[in-house]
Amino acid sequence: MINKLYESFDKAVADVFDGAVILIGGFGPADGCPSYLIRALYRQGVKNLTLVSNGPGRGRPAPPPPGAPPRPPMMRKSPLNYDDGGLLIQNGQVIKCICAFPGHGMPGNMSAFHTLLAQGKMQVELVPQGTLAERIRAAKAGVPAFYTPTGAGTVIGKGKETRVFDGKTYLLEYAIKADFALVRANKADRWGNLVYQGTSRNFNGAMAGAAKVTIAEVDEMVELGTLNPEGVSTPSIYVNRIASRKDSKEGA
Amino acid sequence: MAERLDEQTMALRAAREFQDGMVVNLGVGTPTLCTNYIPEGREIIFQSENGCLGYGRTAQTEAEQDFNLINAGGQFVVANKGICFFDHAESFSMIRGGHIDLCVLGGLQVSEKGDLANWLIPGREPGSIGGAMDLAFGAAKLLIVMTHTTKDNQPKILKECTYALTAPRCVTTVVTDIAVIDVTDKGLVLRETAPGWTAAEVQTLTEPKLIIPKDLKEMAF
Repeated sequence: MINKLYESFDKAVADVFDGAVILIGGFGPADGCPSYLIRALYRQGVKNLTLVSNGPGRGRPAPPPPGAPPRPPMMRKSPLNYDDGGLLIQNGQVIKCICAFPGHGMPGNMSAFHTLLAQGKMQVELVPQGTLAERIRAAKAGVPAFYTPTGAGTVIGKGKETRVFDGKTYLLEYAIKADFALVRANKADRWGNLVYQGTSRNFNGAMAGAAKVTIAEVDEMVELGTLNPEGVSTPSIYVNRIASRKDSKEGA
Repeated sequence: MAERLDEQTMALRAAREFQDGMVVNLGVGTPTLCTNYIPEGREIIFQSENGCLGYGRTAQTEAEQDFNLINAGGQFVVANKGICFFDHAESFSMIRGGHIDLCVLGGLQVSEKGDLANWLIPGREPGSIGGAMDLAFGAAKLLIVMTHTTKDNQPKILKECTYALTAPRCVTTVVTDIAVIDVTDKGLVLRETAPGWTAAEVQTLTEPKLIIPKDLKEMAF
């Protein structure tokens, strides 16, 4: 019998190795971030990771110094039990980020990513968001590289191979070869068919199937046969493992 | 010189460019305000990079806030009838495949030839490109909404951009707090001035020479 559900989040990420390239879904403050899987990697302690995501994430706010006045409430709300890739950066587990939107390093409010970048301890590869999505899709579809006009004539095109089609210049961009994809969905069945909710699909839907191993974090499992076959967003073939917030243990 | 338009009025003026049936993508900042000023009788479909076609105005109450329904600027929005969702690869097929009729973005600099710089202020590296480059290369029309000058009154419409480009020759129209300017093969054409502003006053705050057409209008609201 096929059953891709893992009994815990920790077991689902146990074999993630030092130096792995990891795709992480999510976008902004939407509830589309695989927060439980990120915390499992944090506990697992794996190092020298390359994260591929829309943004590196801000991580957790630093605790206020002793005797400091209470902070004003967070400007931006987060979903319940939220953590992003910034948690792994704060924990020194990341050496490189491939992303479209690192955000701005605000003086006095630097994220761990910007601090490490300024210290020369973090590499960043800045990629236009559509090129990032396509480089991920290409890997999923077995396409090694493709041409796109995005970035031609800008710093993004520097040093890249170009070709002219119909009088327009295109850049050669390569598929991103990743070891693991951590994606967040709403529901899964034991085969690994996934459905998402609203704009929380974002990079998750693009990343599922784009790495050697895709691990899906879902809210709950449903019986095989109950998802509407016309409404399945990610077909089961793209999913290797599932951990469920309702049906798996968060820790070991 | 007369008063400059505030941010809301700039968004109002920009939204006048929306034609019935258009698919429109809005950038972060002032452009997102355009959802509140759709001209009456026109139906517009808003596309968002994070996988949504058909969202509506920004959420006004706590009850309307849904973590599964945000726009590309990270704001909570509400759903219009007919809304649909998809992943990032599909979303950028729409953008890069030329399916977006009009995109509205903010700008740091626009050149005489329609080059745009809007993602990196020198000294603030690495900068954040987001979806701006794909939109600038892919949208059929690109409208830029920005203040006409920097805080110290230096022109942002220049002969050549000095900041890192988002895309060369991509801008169709610029809506600023004092003017509406079209980018054409012949150069920049001043289409409208803000109430109380003369063409000569706009020219003094613009580096390249503006073409002043006979039918120059004052913005009307």
